Amino acid sequence: MANLVEQLLNALALAGLLFLVSAGLSLVFGILRVVNFAHGVFYMLGAYLGFTTVALSGWFWPALVVVPPIVGVLGALVESSTLRFIYRRPPIYQLLLTFGLALILEESIRVLYGPTAKGVEPPVQLQGAADLGGLLYPRYRLFLVVLSLVVGAAVWLFLRRTRAGLIIRAVAQNSEMADCLGADVARVRTLVFGAACALAGLGGVAAAPMTTAYLGMGISVIVDAFVVVVIGGLGSIGGSMAGSLIVGAAQTWGAYYLPETAMVIMYAVMGAILIFRPWGLFGEEE
Amino acid sequence: MTPLLETRGLGRAFGALQAVADVSLAVQPGELRAVIGPNGAGKTTLFHLVSGLLAPTSGRVLFRGDDVTALAAPARCRRGISRTFQITSIFPELSVLENARVAVQLKAGGNFRLVGGRGVLDASARRARDSLGSFGLLDRADALASTLPHGDQRLLEIAMAVAQEPALLLLDEPTQGLSPEDTAATVAVIRRVARERQLTIVLVEHDMDVVFDLADRISVLHFGELIAEGTPSEIRANAAVQTAYLGGLD
Repeated sequence: MANLVEQLLNALALAGLLFLVSAGLSLVFGILRVVNFAHGVFYMLGAYLGFTTVALSGWFWPALVVVPPIVGVLGALVESSTLRFIYRRPPIYQLLLTFGLALILEESIRVLYGPTAKGVEPPVQLQGAADLGGLLYPRYRLFLVVLSLVVGAAVWLFLRRTRAGLIIRAVAQNSEMADCLGADVARVRTLVFGAACALAGLGGVAAAPMTTAYLGMGISVIVDAFVVVVIGGLGSIGGSMAGSLIVGAAQTWGAYYLPETAMVIMYAVMGAILIFRPWGLFGEEE
Repeated sequence: MTPLLETRGLGRAFGALQAVADVSLAVQPGELRAVIGPNGAGKTTLFHLVSGLLAPTSGRVLFRGDDVTALAAPARCRRGISRTFQITSIFPELSVLENARVAVQLKAGGNFRLVGGRGVLDASARRARDSLGSFGLLDRADALASTLPHGDQRLLEIAMAVAQEPALLLLDEPTQGLSPEDTAATVAVIRRVARERQLTIVLVEHDMDVVFDLADRISVLHFGELIAEGTPSEIRANAAVQTAYLGGLD
């Protein structure tokens, strides 16, 4: 029983990290119609900048506050200086561009930080294990679950309850018409891209104490995030949440109960979705 | 009096095809102008030129006496030109009220400011509700726009344009695809809202009953050129229009 609860919590913690990354990936696709290969690198950048901030300040908490806006502004600059000019081109151009950006950013980080992984200490309050009625469970993973729930709720409320959120949803549904009504679609795109990168950066900072900051973490997370959005449906925040839970569960339970087939389970679910419901659980049929 | 809308020698060519040629017309404030013409006469192209969706290859567009030829559609919208489309253009997965709110908010701008949201939010919701009320859509405000019957979706699109409180409203075939009952209701509501809000309207329409019923003046396009303009009775009596258009139906 305790084992089951532990695996469940592990799945939730992993799902939380996946959600922070895949929500932005999904949002960017919904608004910009771009599949952003570089998204994982912004997650990695968040982890490394988190490492630097912790090294400079000696604390973890400032990193959680400072790094996401920095990554967001960088993302907005990348969008407005490169992607903006090729929206009208066929999707292959955008794939190539974001893939190229991913390679450039990854190599830049290698040059700046060197090849070895950088460990990040979790904050003192979150070190060690919490006693959950007999089950000892790492406090930091519990924090990841709470953090992603809070961020998920904040994103949802922002999209549902604010003026900007309404405009973003309108642009996602029909950008040409929003344009006719007077929307500054270019600005909406830049802001959404920046916000998505900030979310990925937050995910990176949050992941660093658990996974360390290492080269290749962007690639490995983007693969999982793509599986999440294929399952949940591109462009849907609820879908990202559901997809993250499914992938988180498949990976942790698979790794525990059927170690040889952990990866297979995840891709089997994705394959089944692609065959029976290609637009994903929460996506819209087009 | 300065016309609200004026076009001077307005033209648009697509390659060798001259879709609109040398169209000069003036619409006075408060007027309800219909633009008619056979299929392919250039009516929708003319609308795109006036609303800013297409740039002209010749001529100018003046709004309230200012040259707006160089402005794109969003900028013209903010100046007070709102339009509807021939194909129903709404946001299907937003509620009816949210559709209207998007229109109001985009006209007002400043949607990404972080402070002062509450008051603006209430004000835009009020204007949106106000416009929905004029079109009898208020009781469906919380329904998804995609669940409305076709006739109501067309009304919603007009309500969105009206919610922007434009000086000039461009309606592209507002009764297209509607049943006779819905058409009559739509005509009645357009007439009432135009009077209540003192709107200037330019209307493209195929249904001649609607045109002669609603319009103060009618402009007739034929192969992209303006061949006649006048009151409904003048247009009925016009020989050139008879041959070019009305006679062509028989």
